[in-house]
Amino acid sequence: MLVDLPGGWSPLLGRLAWSQIPYANPILAPLFVAVVIGAIIVLGLITYYGKWTYLWKEWLTTVDHKKLGVMYIIIGLVMLFRGFIDGLMIRTQQVWAVGPHSSGVFGSLHGYLTPFHFGQVYSAHGLIMILLAATPLLVGFMNIIVPIQIGARDMAYPYLNALGLWITAAAAALIMISLFVGDFAHNGWFEYAPIFEMQYSPGVGVDYWIWTLQLVALGTTLGGINILATVIKMRAPGMTWGKLPIFVWASLSANVIALTSFPALQVALGLVAADRYLGAHFFTAGMGGNLMLYTNLFWIWGHPEVYFVILPAFGMMSEIFPTFSEKPLFGYITMVLASMAIAGVSWLVWLHHFFTMGAGPYVNTAFSVATMLVGIPTGVKVFNWAFTMYRGRLTFNAAMLWAIGALFLLLIGGMTGMMLAIPAINYMVHNSVFVVAHFHSMLLVIVYAIFGSVLYWFPKVFGFKLDEFWAKTMFWLFSAGTALVFVPMYMLGFMGMTRRLEYVFNTGWQSYLDVMEFGIVVYTLSVLAFFILLYVSVRDHAKNRVGADAWGTSRSLEWMTHSPVPFYNFAVLPHINERDEVAWRRQHGIDNVRPEHYDDIHMPNNTGVAIILGGLTFVLGFALTWRIWWLCIVSLLAIIVLMIIRSFRGDPGYIVTGAELQRMEEEAYRREAQIADSHHSHPVSGGVVGNAMAYQRNDSSKRL
Amino acid sequence: MSSHASTVDPKKAELWDTHHHTHDVISTRTLGYFLYLLSDGMLFATLFAAYGVLSYQHSYFGGPTPAEFVKPWYTFAQTIALFLSVLAYGFGMNALKHKNKSGLINGMLAAFVLGVVFLVLDIHDMNHLYSMGITLASSGGMSAFIVLTQVHATHIFFGLIWILVMIAQVMTKGFTEETVGRLLTLRMFWHLQAVIWVFVYIFVYLWGYIS
Repeated sequence: MLVDLPGGWSPLLGRLAWSQIPYANPILAPLFVAVVIGAIIVLGLITYYGKWTYLWKEWLTTVDHKKLGVMYIIIGLVMLFRGFIDGLMIRTQQVWAVGPHSSGVFGSLHGYLTPFHFGQVYSAHGLIMILLAATPLLVGFMNIIVPIQIGARDMAYPYLNALGLWITAAAAALIMISLFVGDFAHNGWFEYAPIFEMQYSPGVGVDYWIWTLQLVALGTTLGGINILATVIKMRAPGMTWGKLPIFVWASLSANVIALTSFPALQVALGLVAADRYLGAHFFTAGMGGNLMLYTNLFWIWGHPEVYFVILPAFGMMSEIFPTFSEKPLFGYITMVLASMAIAGVSWLVWLHHFFTMGAGPYVNTAFSVATMLVGIPTGVKVFNWAFTMYRGRLTFNAAMLWAIGALFLLLIGGMTGMMLAIPAINYMVHNSVFVVAHFHSMLLVIVYAIFGSVLYWFPKVFGFKLDEFWAKTMFWLFSAGTALVFVPMYMLGFMGMTRRLEYVFNTGWQSYLDVMEFGIVVYTLSVLAFFILLYVSVRDHAKNRVGADAWGTSRSLEWMTHSPVPFYNFAVLPHINERDEVAWRRQHGIDNVRPEHYDDIHMPNNTGVAIILGGLTFVLGFALTWRIWWLCIVSLLAIIVLMIIRSFRGDPGYIVTGAELQRMEEEAYRREAQIADSHHSHPVSGGVVGNAMAYQRNDSSKRL
Repeated sequence: MSSHASTVDPKKAELWDTHHHTHDVISTRTLGYFLYLLSDGMLFATLFAAYGVLSYQHSYFGGPTPAEFVKPWYTFAQTIALFLSVLAYGFGMNALKHKNKSGLINGMLAAFVLGVVFLVLDIHDMNHLYSMGITLASSGGMSAFIVLTQVHATHIFFGLIWILVMIAQVMTKGFTEETVGRLLTLRMFWHLQAVIWVFVYIFVYLWGYIS
């Protein structure tokens, strides 16, 4: 039943052979050397400073949702950087390989990437950016912020949370190792039937793609269950559904999507694997297979996934705008309903990814109308944000700039999305770079919201603010890069340039491609500014320390506990009285009221099982990719046995005594008092929760 | 919302959670497991969709169709075995309510044995197909038929391992918060697999037999 493999196969190493290591490749070989040297330096530094125990005890075995969230974000940022490098390579190839007279190096006829290599680069770029950069970044923020915003001490299942992180890390490792061992898929990040079949893609690229995606899907499903259960079960007393912070609502709607849609992806991938590994005929061109079944199954997941990543970004914007407008969020209820509506409609629109399938006018019209429906709740959100800022007392710091940038990009991406929702237009620009520019506008909304959130929540997690000057420099460079890359891309799309060209035949497009190349250079400068931002901020961290309420105008519960947040989040759980509890307490002068006494609390123990299981899933993914059957069986058995052992041992947790809590709390209060003394600036008073007064000012009696 | 007026008097408001309450571990766990089962349901829904698309006449590519080899009474025996297994599990859970450890273990053992009967019948059926030269690779329609039924069988297989683990845990640990929570989640899992089997039996076996 197993398929015939082109090339060799041995029982010990499967398809793995020395010839699979691209040591002769002029791009990958030096990169590999650089990575090895980099890894040796990092490992050497950890050993030199004796940090292995610290790393193991505090990070690798942790079940603390904040640390797990930070690690999710680190994975996301690393992969964002990798994806960016892929983007840089794509732009450079396209500006180079224009017209028949363009030069070629490294064995390529035009440009510097062979078509096969270029295919791998754009496939990896797409997969990484959506599933290993945006998704972990957003999951990381949800992990850190949601439990604190609802007044919980941890997630509902801390161990499962750690497991989700390490499975995601295994997926990231699997796609990274495909750089140096074998190839990655070269057929695009969402693949096509039947080109991914063994017959047409005999290498291991598609197999890497299957198992990377499968692991991401597993990790995200586990994370989604955890967030849903946490929000339903762990809210602080008094926090009714109507008082839930808006980011929590956004996370809730996003994870409803994750929970229900990822299984469709897992099945689609499983069936591709059945075709490739067992010789099944789900998506083959003959033998009763159905090509479009694959495309439908993939996008039944794929479109909800798009909203899975954009809804948390909307939630982030909904937190940033009120804080820096000093007003409550306009239209809380409509915002909640809009999030839920988007989550619902996300299931009804998948076919707009392939109107050209030829489903006929009735089907296309139905999906066209459904797609346009998305514009209604999204429009509600845009107006709500605008009205939140209207007559607010605006602070244009870097976080706010990123949020406003996201708003503008959402308008551009949304409007072009409405255009693409019309099948007549869609037929014209299908698979052109107009579509590419559209979805980059939308995904950049997420990137903008993420960078805004990094600036906004960084002081909460680490206790000091990031440097404003470099943050703003990065913002303006990044925005200039966005305009320079994507405005010409929209134009080229209208001119008929299709996506994924490793060779551009029309020399008339050269000037547009030049502008785009310049744009990606500006992007590169913004990446540089980000590194400087991190360096400068860490260097000056003593100057930029903050108290519990880092911005002085914040509204939701995470700003009530100390910065950085202690491992127990809240020594005594707060009782919630109002929607914007922190703003309400500040307004009524009761924000300094401390709990009278501290009770013992129960916390979960650290565990090394999660990271070991993550490592084993990586081994399993690698063994499946290379068809090393004995290793598949061994790692799968190890996973099952380890899970059973863990279930026998359980976790009794441990007790933090009230006296110990009191000591730590008093120390934190003392530290905050010192920070307040050194700053001498009193935070401005926040907006009023009730009665919708825009802001408090002595000379103003106007009300909205 | 402009109509959202403050109703709480800040001077009298309760600011901290004074009555120390612990949250219910079992209900949190069963909720999370229920959410997982929803995703498992979606998994089967997608497989059924694929089966629906691949069960036209042309999907079998001139090869064997389920109408040629499905034996409804044989599969009905599987159905009865699985349902009795669920019933036995239910009797076991009834014993749990009375804190009757041996009653629970007997129920679980009966559930295990009946589950094994189901699985053995399934494997025998697959062997029979294989001996007729019908495999995954026969046609798109057969791929869908075999993958859908065998994904369900895989769920049953892991459920059986879990039943054994739970018997061992109840024997060594008794009825703790953890074991009772797991018994409840396993019960949900086992019931869902039986429910999904109803769909498999009707839409794959019976429908395949008459079409």
